[in-house]
Amino acid sequence: MHHSIEIKNLTFSYPDGTAALREVSLSIEPGEKVALVGPNGAGKSTLILHLNGILSGDGLVRVCSLEVIKENLGRVRSCVGMVFQSPEDQLFSPTVFDDVAFGPLYQGLPPAEVVKRVDQALEAVHMLGYKKRVSHHLSMGEKKRIAIATVLSMQPEVLVLDEPTGGLDPRSRRSLIHLLQELPLTMLASTHDMLLVREIFPRMIVLDEGRVVADGPTQTLMNDTAFLEAHGLERP
Amino acid sequence: MHVHFLDPYRPRNSPIHRLDPRIKLVLTVVFILTNTLVPTGAWPVYILLFALILSVELISELGLGFVLKRSSLAIPFVLAALPLILTIPGKTLFILPVGPWTVQASYPGLERFFSIAIKSWLSMQAAIVLAASTSFPELLVAMRALRVPRLLVSIFGLMWRYLFVLVDEASRLMRARSARSGKSEAPGAKTGGSISWRAGVTGGMAGNLFLRAFERSDRIYMAMVSRGYDGEARSLPLPNIRPAHWVILITSLGVLSILLGFAYLFWG
Repeated sequence: MHHSIEIKNLTFSYPDGTAALREVSLSIEPGEKVALVGPNGAGKSTLILHLNGILSGDGLVRVCSLEVIKENLGRVRSCVGMVFQSPEDQLFSPTVFDDVAFGPLYQGLPPAEVVKRVDQALEAVHMLGYKKRVSHHLSMGEKKRIAIATVLSMQPEVLVLDEPTGGLDPRSRRSLIHLLQELPLTMLASTHDMLLVREIFPRMIVLDEGRVVADGPTQTLMNDTAFLEAHGLERP
Repeated sequence: MHVHFLDPYRPRNSPIHRLDPRIKLVLTVVFILTNTLVPTGAWPVYILLFALILSVELISELGLGFVLKRSSLAIPFVLAALPLILTIPGKTLFILPVGPWTVQASYPGLERFFSIAIKSWLSMQAAIVLAASTSFPELLVAMRALRVPRLLVSIFGLMWRYLFVLVDEASRLMRARSARSGKSEAPGAKTGGSISWRAGVTGGMAGNLFLRAFERSDRIYMAMVSRGYDGEARSLPLPNIRPAHWVILITSLGVLSILLGFAYLFWG
């Protein structure tokens, strides 16, 4: 059976010896929207960086039925759209168009296809009018949307988001939530925003000290106040 | 994941590490100055200077391999002296035909080249020992104590502080780029784009980094002003230099000036 994301017994330590992930196993079906929660330093970002092979530990990681190993990295990276926490890091080109076109251009797609992809991606995030704008001068909410468009243009199967609502004002946050609800992709989001989790992620995985301590329906887990507090979380 | 590998400081508990940073700084500068002033071709003096720096390296417990490997940094600078072999007149070593011209290599030129190479190598080693045995904040304190202009010391300090931030930022940018460097399913598509396109992307990243550094400097300045910064960096008064360290300073200065005098007497 095909899983969008499949991780088995993944263990990872940083070069200085700090254990970041211990025996993590999980699988996510196509189309599922899953939240990854846990306190700071639980290993959420580390786990996410394994999904496209930026980090690699011991154990099995498979995305879009491709094992994440060196030979597959090219395919893996166009299948997993990774939206980093800071859009500043994601937007490194002079204009919005250049940034959104980076993925397709890197893949060597024909120019007409690149333009089409950019238009589709910008349309999906409702930012079609921003093509010629300079990324540097946009507001935080706009940058976040463009950052999502930069990976949508690769037409990924999985969208991985690190702290998607961080630093957004209520209105930008609201419109981002609508956007995430609209997008018909498999989604894994690492976040501290419990309201966001309750609103759009039916399933929740709790990570603490590098271990999966809970994996189940958001509704059920959210009702267990004692459990949430034990893992540095709060009931919204 | 933060960048530490740029920091040359290697914590040990050797006498060199414990020596007052002001004295280390003065001695390093004087050692390099002595190196520079020793006349060309004073080989025995070079050997003595080498023995001197070698013993300091041994006492410092940094490991000879560490210092010698790092001292290869001197090589590119030495290359700049290479043309001297061909430009200084004297007894001919060999004649090299270059197209319609011939260039003549001379013995005095060769001698000058090797002298410069050895001197820069020795100076580099002294600087490496200083940087590896003194933490950067200590070095800043020493500079301030030796009346290096305060503004310059502040700039060094801020540069050191934010260099790491900038390198971190650059590595996050590059990580974001590799996360989007994928391969298409379409057959025949050439992954990677053209060289000029890739150069353009890299240029964009560099420009971005510059803009951000520029904006960050503004924010830092505002944060400094909010805490009362008025353009003058202040610091606590320094402790007195211990008598034993004065003895080390004066002895070392004496040895270096004797070496220099000796060099001028016989080769000057």
